[in-house]
Amino acid sequence: MKEFVLIFRHEDGSKIASPEQMQIWMKQTMDWLGGIAAQNKLVNQGNGLSFEDSRVVGHQGVVTNGPFGDIKETIGGYVIVKADSVDEAVEFAKNCPVLQGEGNTVEVRKIARADGFH
Amino acid sequence: MAPVHSQEPLSAYHAMKEQELIPHLFRSEFRKITAVLSKIFGIAHLEIAEDIASETFLLAAESWPFKGIPENPVGWLYKVAKNKARNYLTRQQLFTDKVAIQIGNSVNEVNEELETEWSDQHINDSQLQMLFAICHPAISAEAQIGLALRILCGFGIDEIANAFLTAKETINKRLFRAKEKLRTEKVKIEFPAGAEINRRLTTVLTTLYLLFNEGYYSESQDAILREDFCLEAMRLTYMLIANEQTNLPAVNALLALMCFHSSRFEARKDSNGAIILYQDQNEELWNDELISKGVYFLNQASRGNEITKYHLEAGIAYWQTIKTETQEKWENVLHFYNQLLIIEYSPAAALNRAYVISKVNGNEAGITATEKLNLTDNHYYYMLLGELYKDINIQRAKDNFNKAFSLAKTETEKKIIQIQSSRLELDIE
Repeated sequence: MKEFVLIFRHEDGSKIASPEQMQIWMKQTMDWLGGIAAQNKLVNQGNGLSFEDSRVVGHQGVVTNGPFGDIKETIGGYVIVKADSVDEAVEFAKNCPVLQGEGNTVEVRKIARADGFH
Repeated sequence: MAPVHSQEPLSAYHAMKEQELIPHLFRSEFRKITAVLSKIFGIAHLEIAEDIASETFLLAAESWPFKGIPENPVGWLYKVAKNKARNYLTRQQLFTDKVAIQIGNSVNEVNEELETEWSDQHINDSQLQMLFAICHPAISAEAQIGLALRILCGFGIDEIANAFLTAKETINKRLFRAKEKLRTEKVKIEFPAGAEINRRLTTVLTTLYLLFNEGYYSESQDAILREDFCLEAMRLTYMLIANEQTNLPAVNALLALMCFHSSRFEARKDSNGAIILYQDQNEELWNDELISKGVYFLNQASRGNEITKYHLEAGIAYWQTIKTETQEKWENVLHFYNQLLIIEYSPAAALNRAYVISKVNGNEAGITATEKLNLTDNHYYYMLLGELYKDINIQRAKDNFNKAFSLAKTETEKKIIQIQSSRLELDIE
């Protein structure tokens, strides 16, 4: 069993959801995570990343306000799952509520282990 | 808020004959005497404390029928235990020296403690400290439950063996090894210090939770005994709540959970002791008082930010006390199961979640969710599929119940599967 990180990428992190939308989204996320956890495949529920108080520190210490504007996509959060193959991890990712937002993506990445194979 | 268990007034004892009174007192006082004496002697001499407590009751059983029940039966027991302990100390010079060295007290000091340490407060503290000692991480969960039943609840080896459906010999060995472990680990009968208390409390709560489940889900034929296990688990949990240091949200959540579950005691068994499934229970028989106590403790549990699995299970158990099926009920329950599984996976929670999905989104969705679990060595998995296929494909429902039947390990489970499967036959006709 390998571990994969599912990274949520939002096309536009500056969009602000209404509290009602947030609540629906939270519920859908819990259902999604619960479904993975019910298969004993959730390693870490990860963290949501707030779009507030975000900065980007660039080359030579140049600080800009949040990853908005110049960079097209913003990371909104991540979870870690167990899966037999990348295809299984992709099946989990396909049901992620983040994908309801047009332009959003979920990046599936295998966690590299210091096990001599990397 | 009335405590779950309260001390009866002394006058109540006189209404009892000694045949009833002695077992009654044994259940409530054996553990107190054992806890106080162990506290004085040190846990290494737990067996001597137990022996003295047993001898005390033996003397009561021999003398009360002839001399009559003493004016203050509890006081009599304490006095006899005290004297027996003192005689023991004097008689066993070798032991006395050993104890004195180990606990750093002289014989005189021990004698003094024997004289003074019988206040309600001290008895309670000793029992709680004993609970922490028994729930030491060095001891297996099984042995912790056994020790708790013996030392803190005053159950006999026969009763414990009956509940675990195990031979008496096995229980004796298990307890013996556990006591050895307490000795070699030099476990102290005391409250763990400040920050340690939270860590140790986790083990204590697990033991109490398992002790309750042992009673609630036990397949022992002895219904009274099963209920007693649950009540004892609740009494010990309540002792933690009554103590300021351990009156924490998780403890309240656990007691709430126990109250909600035990509210269905009357309703879940028929007159022959056979189990009655939730949907067939007569909710008139549910105990409203326990339900409202559960609500009270659940409110107490919601102080602070911590959400433990006990909070989530208590939340689920709360909704189970409301029989009316609403979308709101099942959505809330689903939310709790999601959280519960995210905190800690268990096949039982996963199967329950799949069942709840069928309630929220229909049987087809429930089947999809269940089949993803792929728990093909688990009879509950096939029972659930059988139930969900019932209205969709009777043949599949039947096949699943058959698989469940062949995987079920006990007669009780096989019986339940037969009931559900036979309903299917009725539907076909």
